[in-house]
Amino acid sequence: MVEFALPKNSKITGGKTWPKPAGATELREFKVYRWNPDDGKNPSVDTYYVDTNDCGPMVLDGLIWIKNHIDPSLTFRRSCREGVCGSCAMNIDGQNTLACTRSMHDVKDGAVKINPLPHQPVVKDLVPDLTNFYAQYASIEPWLKTTSPTPQKEWRQSHEDREKLDGLYECILCACCSTSCPSYWWNSERYLGPAALLQANRWVSDSRDEATGERLDNLEDPFRLYRCHTIMNCAKACPKGLNPAEAIAELKLKMVERQI
Amino acid sequence: MLGRNKHQKPPMTARIERPLSPHIQTYRWTLTMALSIVHRATGIALYVGTLLLAWWLIAAASGPTAYAHVQAFTGSIIGRLIVFGYTWALMHHMLSGIRHFVWDLGYGFKANEREALTWGALIGGIVLTVLIWIIAYAIGGGR
Repeated sequence: MVEFALPKNSKITGGKTWPKPAGATELREFKVYRWNPDDGKNPSVDTYYVDTNDCGPMVLDGLIWIKNHIDPSLTFRRSCREGVCGSCAMNIDGQNTLACTRSMHDVKDGAVKINPLPHQPVVKDLVPDLTNFYAQYASIEPWLKTTSPTPQKEWRQSHEDREKLDGLYECILCACCSTSCPSYWWNSERYLGPAALLQANRWVSDSRDEATGERLDNLEDPFRLYRCHTIMNCAKACPKGLNPAEAIAELKLKMVERQI
Repeated sequence: MLGRNKHQKPPMTARIERPLSPHIQTYRWTLTMALSIVHRATGIALYVGTLLLAWWLIAAASGPTAYAHVQAFTGSIIGRLIVFGYTWALMHHMLSGIRHFVWDLGYGFKANEREALTWGALIGGIVLTVLIWIIAYAIGGGR
């Protein structure tokens, strides 16, 4: 359902401004979404000042600096710090991306504004509950399905067929694309969203997979696939430079092609 | 035993009312995002515009007095503004529709292509609308 306003318990109220670090010459302002499940209050936005001379260039460096030097209660996910794991996906300066690959100096003018991935239940601070997102990924059955007997060594694939997976296999499931999509905001119970659909196309495109028809049948639904209205936020958001919008268009084409 | 329950923590299974993270409130507007909504809005506007067209046709079929009524309305300032808006809605929706058609055929997904298509639909719609009205006035439709 399209609901523009946030529910009552989700409205952002107030927020604390933390003191500037003593002795720092170059400061960068960070405005970070906070919500604590234990205090029964609404979410707020806290203001921090990061000493950029004492801190790495990325937004994630800034968050870790805040956690180490100002406020150890600040909660966010991170792991690889180099754009491989997808843990630190968040909304930075109004766009979904990975905190570890977005430089704080690329955020122009004023504060670096950080929110959790949009339209998700919040576990704490910048940590969203992605249960639904992962369930949707599982629903497209992301594994090789075959009926012919398993070969002695491996399922072989030509170089040309392998190339068909380029631009699809690189997805790290960070959820930047799905949570950037207004269609997904309004219909995430029924619309699979760009990430799961890009993955669906990855398995449909795999020359070794023998369940293409079944996979496409599973997507033949007014919501699961066809809620994509080519808004293109997904393609703009993807921190790996992939194009979920194009992958979805390919799926729609394959739906038509198999009927001709 | 009964008194003890008072000090018990809520069970771990207690449902926490989690807030929903901000979405349209914080997401930076993109051109393609805005024009997706405009495409829908112009589509709805075209329904209303079609009613206007139907009214005009019915009036034309019913006789001179009914037709004069419609002419008086569409000739007024407000009437002309509505018809101008209808022209733009039609032109924009058409070009934006062609853009969607290109995408549905699997083309125009690169960053520069999708922006060009979207700007094209926006600017093209305005240009066509103005052109149509200039031509309409030039051939005497404005009288």
